[in-house]
Amino acid sequence: MARIAGVNIPSAKRIEVALTYIFGIGRKSAQDICAKSGIDISRRVNDLSDDEIMKIREVIDSDYLVEGELRREVGTNIKRLMDLGCYRGLRHRKGLPVRGQSTKQNARTRKGKRKTIANKKK
Amino acid sequence: MTRSVWKGPFVDGYLLKKADAARNASRNEVIKIWSRRSTMLPQFVGLTFGVHNGHKFIPVLVTEDMVGHKFGEFAPTRTFYGHTKDTAKRG
Repeated sequence: MARIAGVNIPSAKRIEVALTYIFGIGRKSAQDICAKSGIDISRRVNDLSDDEIMKIREVIDSDYLVEGELRREVGTNIKRLMDLGCYRGLRHRKGLPVRGQSTKQNARTRKGKRKTIANKKK
Repeated sequence: MTRSVWKGPFVDGYLLKKADAARNASRNEVIKIWSRRSTMLPQFVGLTFGVHNGHKFIPVLVTEDMVGHKFGEFAPTRTFYGHTKDTAKRG
């Protein structure tokens, strides 16, 4: 068990995959991190030495924005749009799709669960 | 797809002239524009534009944060008053 970037404890998976459990790191950046710290992608987390894990930690700390900090940045970006009063901000405020998707049907990811209006007909 | 950087921001040419004129003349005058597609430039900061929404001119005071956005983003073209509540059961 290894602790990288705060709370994340990736399992007995390949590091390439285990690193993607960290918010802000996907498959590509996981591979880049491995390359930078000189570790083979296909090795499992549990047979990495402490030194190698330290190295990964250093690479992430110096080059990547992850977890809380990244979440905060995303939040402030959205807040900026909302305070500005531009179209995208209005959509965020209303909880509707921001990028011009159709909302006649679906759009459920943004709108949330259906709110049924009962007895519409007579 | 983001616009290529080498093209620079898009602005309808006459806006620059209008903004310049407004800056030199008495301030606090709403500049009416129809060009919703133009980007807000740093030299527009502090000016008030009346952005056409197809019906009226919506006054928009350009602040520093708005630079880089388009004028149209600040003048919504649709009005949504919400769905009518079913007033008591009809019939």
